[in-house]
Amino acid sequence: MARDLVDTPVKQHLIDPEICIRCYTCEESCPIGAISHDDNNVVVDAAKCNFCMDCISPCPTGSIDNWRVVTNAYSLDEQFQWLDLPDQQKVSASAGEADTTIEALDEAMAALLAEAHQGAGGKATAPASASKPFVNLFNLSHPAEVTVQGNFRLTDESEEMDVRHIILNFDTVKFPVLEGQSIGITAPGSDKNGKRYLPRLYSVSSPRDGERPNTNNLSLTVKREKHGVCSNYVCDLKRGDTVKVTGPFGATFLLPDDPQAKLIMICTGTGSAPFRAFTMRRQRTMPDVEASMHLFFGARTPQLLPYFGPLEKVPVKLLAKHFAYSRIKGCTKEYVQDKLRAAGATIAGLLEEPHTHIYVCGLKAMEAGVDSAFGEIANNAGLNWQEIRDTMREAGRYHVETY
Amino acid sequence: MAELINVSYDTQIPNNVSLSTDRRVLKALERWHPGYITWWKGLGPVGFQESSVYLRTAVSVDPKGWAKFDYVKMPDYRWGILLAPQVDGRTIPCGEHYGQPAWQEVPGEYRSMLRRLIVIQGDTEPASVEQQRFLGKTAPSLYDMRNLFQVNVEEGRHLWAMVYLLQKYFGADGREEADDLLRRQSGSEEAPRMLGAFNEETPDWLSFFMFTYFTDRDGKMQLESLAQSGFDPLSRTCRFMLTEEAHHMFVGETGVGRTIQRTCEAMNEAGITDPYDIDRVRALGVIDLPTIQKKLNLHYTLSLDLFGGEVSTNAANAFNAGVKGRYHEIKIEDDHQLKEATYPVSEFTEGRIEVKDAPALTAINMRLRDDYSADAAGGVKRWNVIISKYNIDYQMKLPHEGFHRQIGVFSAAPITPQGDVVAKEEWDQRRDEWLPSKADGDFIQSLMKPVWETGKYASWIAPPRIGIDNKPGDFEYVQLHMA
Repeated sequence: MARDLVDTPVKQHLIDPEICIRCYTCEESCPIGAISHDDNNVVVDAAKCNFCMDCISPCPTGSIDNWRVVTNAYSLDEQFQWLDLPDQQKVSASAGEADTTIEALDEAMAALLAEAHQGAGGKATAPASASKPFVNLFNLSHPAEVTVQGNFRLTDESEEMDVRHIILNFDTVKFPVLEGQSIGITAPGSDKNGKRYLPRLYSVSSPRDGERPNTNNLSLTVKREKHGVCSNYVCDLKRGDTVKVTGPFGATFLLPDDPQAKLIMICTGTGSAPFRAFTMRRQRTMPDVEASMHLFFGARTPQLLPYFGPLEKVPVKLLAKHFAYSRIKGCTKEYVQDKLRAAGATIAGLLEEPHTHIYVCGLKAMEAGVDSAFGEIANNAGLNWQEIRDTMREAGRYHVETY
Repeated sequence: MAELINVSYDTQIPNNVSLSTDRRVLKALERWHPGYITWWKGLGPVGFQESSVYLRTAVSVDPKGWAKFDYVKMPDYRWGILLAPQVDGRTIPCGEHYGQPAWQEVPGEYRSMLRRLIVIQGDTEPASVEQQRFLGKTAPSLYDMRNLFQVNVEEGRHLWAMVYLLQKYFGADGREEADDLLRRQSGSEEAPRMLGAFNEETPDWLSFFMFTYFTDRDGKMQLESLAQSGFDPLSRTCRFMLTEEAHHMFVGETGVGRTIQRTCEAMNEAGITDPYDIDRVRALGVIDLPTIQKKLNLHYTLSLDLFGGEVSTNAANAFNAGVKGRYHEIKIEDDHQLKEATYPVSEFTEGRIEVKDAPALTAINMRLRDDYSADAAGGVKRWNVIISKYNIDYQMKLPHEGFHRQIGVFSAAPITPQGDVVAKEEWDQRRDEWLPSKADGDFIQSLMKPVWETGKYASWIAPPRIGIDNKPGDFEYVQLHMA
């Protein structure tokens, strides 16, 4: 499958010649013959590689797992000459930033993510121990075709608000996704001006190995918006329907792979999607790590809080749950920032720990309240929130994704 | 195909060979299992059986998800039986049956030949675990300790792989051979391991790295040629083993490379430019380059001996029968029967080294050994890149094929590493210039101090460039159990 290697930036798969031991295991495992070698180096042919990832896991050295965003792919001859891997060059056409953390190659997606991450107050960075994400394996001209495996309503039938849990089955399509990443869906058809609809980003709400371990599927948490073309399209999907998806997208809002990490997760509504994935991932891989996750979750009522039932079943020793409800009759309105303040002493302690990670996900409107709650908590403990936040962000421990 | 990729956990033994429906073999393996665990606990790594080690376990033969990493206590490791998926329409790649469908059962006429090959291969797997059993105690870091144990458990799995073939295809004889694989012991007087190189204890970590680089590479070449076997289950077993074997090559190449790197670094820091200024270099707590070269000479030549005689009718018979091919047989363009072909083979007659053409069929071992040497030379080249980066005027070299040999035409011939024939007396006199002396061994031994703090490394070895499974530098690869 030849592709246009000029002008549009592409992600190129490369092997680090300094680390590679020339065992040729990757070459043996490549199903399409994209990998070859000469007397010097083992190399990947950019015109053939289809990112199937079959070569990644058998590599004994980690040298195989290298990627560069390029406007002109490195040729085989160039790669044969290398003694070491070239640095990532600045690629102006990507996110428009001088930034090597590529969250997406699609300009529209990169712009959406850049805006969503703005609230962190600086350049987003992935946690140091996070697994390496793959981005943009599928794009609009080459989307993945997947099947709807299920579509379940999460909010009470009696309520007007319709939030849904959608399961997409990838069957034989290889689509490696990490908790915290998003996928793109474009509603079919075009608007009244005859233009194709723009893609929408949805945060994945299942862990990397599927809804159940080793199922090649993923789930989304989608709220039906009154006039939202895409959300209505997704919420109306029926079991067996085919959907075209792009992605995965996002390279920073990721889960640390570190049993020592403490997570403070703050969300409203469908912002809970990545945290469902985080919690499930840690439940599966580190079930014995206690008191390491704190969830602050805001909704109008328990009936409108996505995953209320399943969340109740997660043991408190794994996940400390702080639900804030703003519309319960006869009760004072409570928001996530109120719950944060109420847990002030615990939070202040966590802010001082070097393994604490904070994640904020939901509507843009929640940012200010959360920020000022942290400011107050820090102040009461004699700490400077601004400084802590910047340090944490630079270390990949403070993440905001709001829309 | 799909069911061959899915690994079944419905028996004690993870497998993709439908063990649960093969009662006879399952029973035989379950009977063998306790003896294996006893062997592992008795002769496997000493002192760390209760520690949690961050290990890779093969869980599938699908490349994408073939292994998973997690903390495991070694005796609880899931040793499984995994064969690469069967290739539809595979044919015998060499010999007189060339082009016929590959055998799914053992052909009667080659039964004893196949059994012998499988037993020899199987015997080396537990042997190396035994040879390395004391190394954990002097590990230069938790990272290296983890790599050692990874190599050990995978050698254990490779023993399982060979035992499965014996139990499945060789009846009562096979069962007996499987038991004998646990009865023989490396270095034992009564029942030693079958090959000489596998009866020496691995005394220090540089030896371990050299062993995994040079001797495990012989294992790799043997697996490569057995992967070309016309007996399909053997071929499929070996093909999957090669995926794991690559990690062993990695441990060897980077282990030696990191040792060299640390030496060069320390020399640079101390302003030493002469690599032969051995006392001053050693005073820095690193291993001088000439001593590393001597270790290389030793391990390379011991490994050459493992290929057997240059000209061998056994090897010719195995090739002709189609039970063992050449390295990358299916990628070679010839008749795959070697009816007319010749191959250059060295001879040593009346004190002279000569190269003569021999029938390629009988020179199979020689050819495999040449392929091995070319493969081994690649890493040496990369070690030299490290040395030149530090601007030190020194080059590691593979010694001449006739140097320090015990088997084949050069057996006991007084040949120098450069390939010069000298008088026997001169060779004996100069031995310590070329091979590690007792004093060299003592010096290396003096550096073997355990370093078990996360992220820390012994004085003589550089940290790796990247962690296993992309883990950060201070990752706790082994959670030590302090009894």
